[in-house]
Amino acid sequence: MTATARPEKMAATRPTYADVTRDVVATLGNPSKAYYGLLAFVLVVLAIGVGALLYQIRIGLGVAGYTPPVMWGVYITTFVFWVGIAHSGTLISAILFLFRSTWRTAVYRTAEAMTVFAVMTAGLFPLIHVGRLWYAYWLIPYPNQRQLWVNFKSPLVWDLFAIGTYLTVSTLFLILGLVPDVAAIRDKATGWRKKLYTITALDWRGTDQQWRHYSRAYLYMAALATPLVLSVHSVVSWDFAVSIVPGWHATIFAPYFVAGAIYSGVALVITLLVPLRKVFRMERYITTDHFENLAKLLLFTGMIVTYAYVVEYFMAWYSGNQFERDAFWNRAFGDYWWATWTMIICNSFLPLFLWFKKIRRSIPALLLLSLFVNLGMWFERFVIIVVSLSHEYEPYAMGHYTPTWVEWAILAGSFAWFFTWFLLFAKNFPTVSIVEVKEVIPMPRRKMAH
Amino acid sequence: MAGGLGGILAAYEHIDAATEAISALKQSGYQEFTVYSPTPNHEIAHALEHPVSPVRLWTLFGGLTGLVTGFALTMWMSYDYPTAVGGKPIGSVIPYIVIMFELTILFGALATLTGLAFHAWRSNQSGPYDGRFSDDMIGIFVPCPVERRPAVEELLRTAGATEVKIETA
Repeated sequence: MTATARPEKMAATRPTYADVTRDVVATLGNPSKAYYGLLAFVLVVLAIGVGALLYQIRIGLGVAGYTPPVMWGVYITTFVFWVGIAHSGTLISAILFLFRSTWRTAVYRTAEAMTVFAVMTAGLFPLIHVGRLWYAYWLIPYPNQRQLWVNFKSPLVWDLFAIGTYLTVSTLFLILGLVPDVAAIRDKATGWRKKLYTITALDWRGTDQQWRHYSRAYLYMAALATPLVLSVHSVVSWDFAVSIVPGWHATIFAPYFVAGAIYSGVALVITLLVPLRKVFRMERYITTDHFENLAKLLLFTGMIVTYAYVVEYFMAWYSGNQFERDAFWNRAFGDYWWATWTMIICNSFLPLFLWFKKIRRSIPALLLLSLFVNLGMWFERFVIIVVSLSHEYEPYAMGHYTPTWVEWAILAGSFAWFFTWFLLFAKNFPTVSIVEVKEVIPMPRRKMAH
Repeated sequence: MAGGLGGILAAYEHIDAATEAISALKQSGYQEFTVYSPTPNHEIAHALEHPVSPVRLWTLFGGLTGLVTGFALTMWMSYDYPTAVGGKPIGSVIPYIVIMFELTILFGALATLTGLAFHAWRSNQSGPYDGRFSDDMIGIFVPCPVERRPAVEELLRTAGATEVKIETA
């Protein structure tokens, strides 16, 4: 099948159940030199990031570029960015599952794995940001020596509960989906892989009782994950919205952040799927139709994000509040104008090309646009956090923050940390769901066979 | 199910043949047999006439436990060491809703998986297995004593089994 095959052409060459198992198992063969090369590259970048973190721990947070009043910088920006990335995974795996959207079956596993690794990456940044990361356990409610409990009115404690729950539930959801697939691979594997998959398949044999309970459990996990995904980025947005910093104190922050999160997540799903589809020769399963659907999702969420940008400026003007007006003027024309315009061009203007069907069905164009959206969404968080803090109320208290090499190195290390996990996952576990792809293929019938 | 009894294991290529075999087995009075399939399938589930899984009750009770835990945790800890913060009441229910909500989801999810493990992995369907059942075949294992095996074999073959094997205990 060609990459531009339409659904009617796909039906003519629809894979059989045996084809699906064989093709997905084939992706787990011995890695190529290119794979090892890529893994080595991300490990080197990870080592640089870890080195920078150790340097920061040794010297202290002074090596980061924090300058009063900007005491939240690249680390919190990157934290919000990675939490956002995680969201589209749950959207595709849980919300589209509840809506019975069948096109998700070929792409949801990649998105779901991305979710787990993105939350694992995000979770590092509050620890890195506080400097003395060995005191991070103070956030957990436990009976300490002073009988002092955590402040449950603080959004930072809400964050701990939200992110902790999200990491736990999204990991369990990923594992739950993997179990029947791993069993199918177990039945084809040999050698050490057979032993690995025998253990990780948890004695799954696809009996009627197992499917009966599994299907219900999967449905309820999806039903629980759906409100969870909406709550998590809402809680992250309240880290900002419940304070009185101009540019933060807005009631639209929760839906604005959720839409932005899904937007950035869909962009990264596209970024991951394009090379994955090529390397694993998955063109038969991940078709141009899938990319077009993802592109439509990208366009839709991009329009919501653009609307939120417009509303933010409108509210600043319409409120008549001088501080709000000044904060937004500063965003567009102040010291950080370049960050704001990078954000607007990448997130609001470039995705307008997606209105054209030709662009939506062009894989290289989509890859390029997804990279721009990723860049733009990182800058969105930078603009909201850093630029708002740098320009609050009193001119004498305003300041300028410039990230240092340590922060850039840790940011690069976070991407390497994410890709290390993803590369290891992609070569050891199925990135396309065997069971769910089979589910959308009708089981053979005698009448069809004759 | 008593897999140790031995019985007949049949493999099917076609879904309609497998559901026909299931219906025929039920009409002949067989209640305890195992059906293997590579994916969950509504036709098989319909033919088997299983009641709705009780996993939903685990989800419900897990979620409610999380909600109560979230409320109790936040209120008790607030009053155990009362500290006024930001002019708000010591026990401020509205901000605590976030904690209650997250724990409802967390406990609900954990309970769902516990329920799944409890019911699915302990359903005692321990008959013989064939690797093709996770690939592209549907399997039916009917545990039965030696004297009933010819009749069961005939029934499974008539329904369209592509392969039938006698499994000894």
